[in-house]
Order: sequence, then C-alpha cells, then structure tokens
Amino acid sequence: MTEVTIGIGGAAGDGLDKTGDTLAKTAARLGLYVYAYNSYQSIIRGGHIWLRVRLGQEKVTSHGDHLHALIALNQDSIERHAPEVEPGGVILFNSDKLRCNIPLRETVLAAPLPIRELTKPFGAVQPVMQNTVALGALLFLAGLDFEMAAEVLADTFAHKGQGVVDQNVKLARTGYDYAQEHFVPLGCEWKFSRRRRPFVTGNEAFSLGAVAAGCKFYSAYPMTPASAILHWMAAHGERCGVVVKQCEDELAVVNMAIGAGFAGVRAMCGTSGGGFALMTEAIGQAGMIEAPVVIVEVQRGGPSTGIPTKTEQADLNQVYGASQGDFPRIIIAPRDTRDCFDSTVEAFNLAEKYQLPVILISDLLVSEHPETIEPEDLRASVPIDRGELVTSWNGENGRYKRYAFTPSGISPRALPGTANTLHVAATDEHDEEGILISDVFTNSAVRRKIAEKRMKKLALALSELPAPRLEGPAEADVTLIGWGSTWGVIHEALQPLAAAGIRANLLHFKYLLPFHSREASEILARCKRTICIELNATGQFARHLRAETGHTVSERILKYDGEPFEPREIVEQVRAILEGRPRSLDVTPAEAREIAYHYVRVHLNEDVRPGRIVKTNGNSAVEPLWLVEIVSRDSGEKHGELRVGVETGSTYSWQPIR
Amino acid sequence: MATIVELPIETYAGPVDPDWCPGCGDFSVLKAVKMAAAKAAVAPKDLVVVSGIGCSSNLPGYVHAYGVHSLHGRAVAVATGIKLANTDLKVVITGGDGDGYGIGIGHFIHAMRRNLDLTYVVMDNQIYGLTTGQASPTTMKEMRTKSTPRGNVELPINPIALALVSGATYIARGFSGDPGQMADLIAAGIRHKGFALIDVFSPCVTYNMLNTYPWFKKRVYKLEDEAGYSPDNGKAALDKSFEWGDRIPIGLFYKDDQPTYEDSDPAYQRGALVRQPLPADPALFQSLVEELM
Repeated sequence: MTEVTIGIGGAAGDGLDKTGDTLAKTAARLGLYVYAYNSYQSIIRGGHIWLRVRLGQEKVTSHGDHLHALIALNQDSIERHAPEVEPGGVILFNSDKLRCNIPLRETVLAAPLPIRELTKPFGAVQPVMQNTVALGALLFLAGLDFEMAAEVLADTFAHKGQGVVDQNVKLARTGYDYAQEHFVPLGCEWKFSRRRRPFVTGNEAFSLGAVAAGCKFYSAYPMTPASAILHWMAAHGERCGVVVKQCEDELAVVNMAIGAGFAGVRAMCGTSGGGFALMTEAIGQAGMIEAPVVIVEVQRGGPSTGIPTKTEQADLNQVYGASQGDFPRIIIAPRDTRDCFDSTVEAFNLAEKYQLPVILISDLLVSEHPETIEPEDLRASVPIDRGELVTSWNGENGRYKRYAFTPSGISPRALPGTANTLHVAATDEHDEEGILISDVFTNSAVRRKIAEKRMKKLALALSELPAPRLEGPAEADVTLIGWGSTWGVIHEALQPLAAAGIRANLLHFKYLLPFHSREASEILARCKRTICIELNATGQFARHLRAETGHTVSERILKYDGEPFEPREIVEQVRAILEGRPRSLDVTPAEAREIAYHYVRVHLNEDVRPGRIVKTNGNSAVEPLWLVEIVSRDSGEKHGELRVGVETGSTYSWQPIR
Repeated sequence: MATIVELPIETYAGPVDPDWCPGCGDFSVLKAVKMAAAKAAVAPKDLVVVSGIGCSSNLPGYVHAYGVHSLHGRAVAVATGIKLANTDLKVVITGGDGDGYGIGIGHFIHAMRRNLDLTYVVMDNQIYGLTTGQASPTTMKEMRTKSTPRGNVELPINPIALALVSGATYIARGFSGDPGQMADLIAAGIRHKGFALIDVFSPCVTYNMLNTYPWFKKRVYKLEDEAGYSPDNGKAALDKSFEWGDRIPIGLFYKDDQPTYEDSDPAYQRGALVRQPLPADPALFQSLVEELM
C-alpha cells in the first residue's frame, strides 16, 4: 500500500487537531505527500469533529474517499465512522471509555488501547494524552518512522519545556510499542525520501503570497473561514513590515485597504461572503477611483449566516455582481493551495497595473485544508509589476491628468506626496483631471469616454491572462467543467473514470473575470458532452459560462450539503449521467442516520443512537419512509423508532417502545 | 520647535469654484480649511483632504491638494487607510453630519478610540441638504422636515460628548459666522498629534429654517472667554458639551496629549509604509516557510 487515509474523530476540545498535525508533519518530513481535511464546527467544545489525513507516496490532490485507520476519541466517532473503515483497516480507541460494539467490515481490526494501564507509569496525565498514545500506535500501524515523530513532537512542545516534550515522546513510544506487540500493521510500503515539504493551508499561502508581493497593509474583521489570514498576519506582521488592522466592520476593512492602495502601498483585505456583502459598495469605489486593492473572499456555506464552518462555492453571483454600475474588476479563483500563493502575487500586480479591485475567490476547503506543497512553491523572489507610476512631474508635458484618456485605458498613477500631480479621486463621475461631471455639470460626451476608458482596461488584462486548457485526453466521451477549489478532486476522478472505461477530460477555470469567452467557446464547441461540477445548489458557474459562451452544459453535478466533493461521488454521478440512470435527491440511508442523530441530540438523550435503518412504503401514503431504530448506546436494545421521509427528509414521528 | 512659516492662502486655491447655495455655511469652512492649512504650513502635495458624500463632501474638489471624494459615510475609513499607508501626509477629513454622525458613525467612534493622527471637520447643518431636506442625526427634536412632517421625535446626537467619551484628544466646535476662529481651531487640530474633531455649525440656508445664522449668533459664545474654563479637564468639557439653549459654547472643549495609534505600532519605526521596499527579505521569508515544515 502506498497510500493511506487516517480519520481522527472526536469532540471539539479533544485536541485532535494537534494529533493530526503531528501525524501530518511526521509524514511530510519523511518525504510523503499529505492532504488533510477537517470537518470542524465553530463551537469551542463539543460537537463532532472529523479530521481526515491522507498520506501518499505520490502527490494527492483531495482527501480522497477511503478510510484505512480510525482514531476514535469518543463513542460517536466509532458509531459514525467505524463502519466506513475498509477491509484490512484498523480502529484505535481507548478501551477504558469506549466500546467498538457495532458491525465492522471484513478483516477490520478493532484495536483497543488500555489507556489507563498504559499511562500508569506517567502518574496523573491530562485526558488529551490519550491522543498521543493513540498517535504512537498509529505510527507503528502506518509504518511511519518513530524518530521523526519524536522530532516533530519536540518542535511542537519546545515552548512548553523539555519535561512536556519528554512526556509526549514517551507516551507516543508507549503507544508505538503496545501496537507493535499486539496489532498487525496496515502494510504500507513507503520509500522515505526525507525531502521536507511545507504543510500549508490556503490561508497561509495567501498570507505568504502577500508578503512576497510586498503587501504592507492587511485589514480584516474576524470571520470564519478567512480569520486565519488575519491571525497569520497579526503574528508575523511586525517581522514582515505589514501593518495589520482589525476593524470595526467590513465597511472599514475595505475602505481602509482602498485608502492605503490610493496612498501607494500594496493593501489586501480578507473576509467571507457575509463580510464581502458589506464591502460591496466600496468595490465599486475602487473601480471608480481606480485604486488598487486585493480582496480575498473565502466562501463558506450560505445563505445569510448559513453554515459558517462548512464549504461551498455559492458566492460567485455575489462577486460578479457586487456594487452598482459598470466598472472593471478581476476575479481569480485559485485551484489549490500552491495556486493561492501564485494567485496572490498575480493579484497584486494586476491590481496595480490595471488600477482596479482584484477579488481572490477561495472557499473553506482550499483556505483551511493543509497539504504538502513543494518548498520552491513558496518563493521570496516573485515578479513585482507596479504598473505605470508617475514619480515626478515637471509640467513640461502639460498638466497632469490622473484619469488621462489613453489608448489602453490605463492612466499613469501619481501618489499623494508627489509634487505637481495633485488630484482628487472622486466616486462621482469625473473628467480626465478628476473634476466632477456629476449633477448639474453632467457632460454626456466626457461620461461616455471615461466609462469606455475604465472598461478598456479589462480587454488588455484578458490578453495577458492564461486561457483555459483541456486537461486529459483531447478526445473524450465527456468533459468535466469546474472552477476554483474543485480542481483537485475532479482531476483525481479522471483516473477511476478511465478505469471504468469512461474517457473524460477536464476544463477548469481559474480566471473568472475577465473571461476567455472566445477560447472557452472554441474548446466547448469540440466537446461531445459537458458536465459542470460545482459546490452550490443553482449551478452559478454553468450559468455564467452560458452567458459568456452561449454553451449550455449537458448536465450539472451540484452539491450543497457543506462537505467537499469526494472523487467517488463524482465518478458515480458521471457514470449515472452517461448510463442515463436517473439521479435522485432522495434521502440516503446514511443521511437518514444523520437526520436521526440530529433528532436524538435535540429531542432524546446521549444514551441512545440510531441503529438499523429500513425503508417502507409508509402507511401515510405521503411518501416512503426510512424507519430508523433508536437503540441504547450500551446494550444495543431497541428504544423506539424514528420515521424519516425518504423524499422530504422530514422527521414524522418518534415512537418509543412502551 | 521649528518656526512655522505660513503659506499664502492662494496656495490652496482649487481648480473649480464651489456650487453650494449662496450663503451656505460651507463657504466659510472651505475658507477656514485653506487658512488652517496655510497656518499649519502644510504643502499642498502633502495634504490629503478626504470626504464622503453630501453637499459639504464636495469640499476636496475646491482645494488644491490631494483628495479622495469617497463614499457616503466612509471618509474616516478611507482616510485611516491613507494615513496608515503614508504617515508623512497630513490627512484632513471633511464632511457633513449625515455622513459622519449618521451612516458613518461607526468609523467616527472607532477612529477616535484609536487616536489616529487625523483631523476631522464636520460641517454640521442639522439637515440632509443634498437630498433636499430630511431630518439628520443632529436635527433638533420636534423640528419639521420633509421626512418628519409632524416633527422629529428622535434625540439629536451630541458629537462633542460622543467625542469626549470615545477618546478623541482634540475636540472643538466652530461656527461659520466666525471663519477666523474656525481656521485657528482647524490649524491647531492639524498640528495636534492625535484625533482632532472640529464640529462646525455650518447653517443650511435652503433647508434648515430653524438653525440659521441669526439663531446661532444669538446663542454662541466662546469658551476661551469663559472665566475659569480650561480645555484640559474632560469632566468640565463634558458638562459644557451638554449646554444647548440660550447659550451654546464654541471653541476648544478639550485637548490632551496621548500617544497616537501610529506611535504604538512598531511597523512605523522604519518610517512610512509607502517608502518601504516591496520585495521580501529572502532570509526572513525562508524562516516563514520553515515554520510550516
């Protein structure tokens, strides 16, 4: 086995992020590729957390759809995830507290860890130390090098002193030795190159990209899932010479960044969809006064407050449509972590060269998930293009005109503090010099030419942006279309599709505005069948693609449950489409179980859980029903039955056994 | 302290004339802003006048200086960004009561709390003039306007009291009937290190028939003439800020020297951000990458 996925499940506050981080960094330092995804919730303690860490000998571009090992830190995690563990896999759990009392797939090893006994020599240890023992056991099972893990633990806990480091290393060793004595390893065959790669999130890559590009000002209001940029910048700003301003609201955030951009520093701000909505008016301002600004919009599940800790790609309409009137803007959707770095550098250059707002549209998946990238992907030396800047003006060429009508539409920019280039940047319509032509002084001719001048810049920008290209075989049965963060998972789905005899290729879009309409149309005209894959409910990109190219995609694969796509889902849906099978929106048994979990949490108690699930046609005749047994967590004894609508997902009735 | 050589007021003559109604209080404010810049000897190239939207927010277009005529209510935020980007500039914000005390009040309060080195001149005419006469946040109770035909039922904002409790370190009130005093107040505000508010009674001669020049002239008196009043006492200033009726104080309410926001951010020890080189230091950058390995 040259690839393994480890799931760590528990409650928020169980400290599983540290465990996952140690595991990932150990693998990364050994030279393996790592991709992790954390289904977390924004509450401080409690709730279900599910972290998946995928390790590969070769590069992996999604969290995949396999589960080989489970570290269960609470009973919930065993119930929910133990059945997913694949044959030959293993489930590690604290046998003092938890029981693996549910049916497992063939040859799955339930591996109890007697934590109390194992930690006895250490005296009183914190509950979170059970994670370290489990981690140690996993290191053995997954065939990872213990010494490397010890090195990572030493680095992680160095700030807490040698005592804490030693204790952690010894606890991990205890777990490792116990596993060696009692369990059979998973059978991983690694070749450790020991080439160290950074293990990076998209938000870290945005931050590093900004620093490399010479960003000196970052403003933000706390908002998940963009806050990590604020945290990184706050922690590193002083060293990097970046002024970091946490503001009173997103109105201030974006207006400060625009003010800083006007004054001549490279400025960036970040938010999620709700904060972006507040920034809307000012984005038009940046377009109107031609001030450079970079805005990172990290999408989360909407609408409104929505699902703050889940991912979605449903803010596309918003970033396209933000602010009144016509004005130029550039929208870039980075496709993966590495691309977050490159896109940020590019965004700063485009913002200054074309003097306009550049929106980097990311999402929780690409911003929050960490993965290994190559060390040289993060470079201090990047191209910096500030565009046409007037640094001195002696008046020999006449009066300086801030918004001079030029063939390109780009008017050389002068910064405050420069002599002889004084001007007012106005959000009212203005002439070449910036003098207002609004209200009583409206002048249709000047208005027409300045409106054209502003929009012209986009045509030039488009000519320098790389056009979309087909990835995979030129001749294909089906072309999968995606944008932004879905690149990795669609890319990964191509191979299993090929294995299933389906020739598929991928047309992925990163530059959303200005749009390569001509190039995209030419490619699409040659496609036999097209499927647009998006994490939203209405197919926002497919609609945009139709507007820009006239091409109506053959089918859409949409997902809006808050979770990212997994390769298998895409493969299954593509196959269903190609085979002409109907795709159903009915509640699946797994979903019926999740609906039952929610019902249990709200209306019942922690002593019970969903058990067996069967479908019936239902006596009500309204719709078929899932009959979900509710059983005792301890004995497995049936307590009652919950009825869940197969079509609507409604919970109709709870019938306790009397 | 270096001797300040005043510049001629013509230095700041803007490219076009104002289109305000004849008799508008804002003419006096424009004159006072130019006089103040001259008194404070700020070269036009180092002066940035930032406004929002409203009649009074057209002011930057009438001054020979850099400027941003930004969005309604956002002038303080834009000005903050400019100042933080280039601390060598003098940044003066100008706008109206609707702009600053209505739609922009959040930025106003937070800017004072930060004690940013900004000067904010609010042309307070107690009415929305540009939109032809609706009640504003400082419209007096019971006043009839287009939007309050039966009389305004809301309490007016008290900008001076708000500034006092929000942390502004220079708080004054001017009156368009006395541009000389106003210019002195604004000039001292520009020289003051920290957030300076100069609230100005700038009568709207078209839409506010209550708070007129004669109405103010009958009532205003100068704090500097008030025996025993000293602008270094916040509590006394707060008492004065509530004086409204037959006698209304103008002049300097309060002044205090406190560190500015810029003083407290170590990033400025290297000088203005705009003068810093863009490329990242390779060794520093490598250490940032190492943190992730």
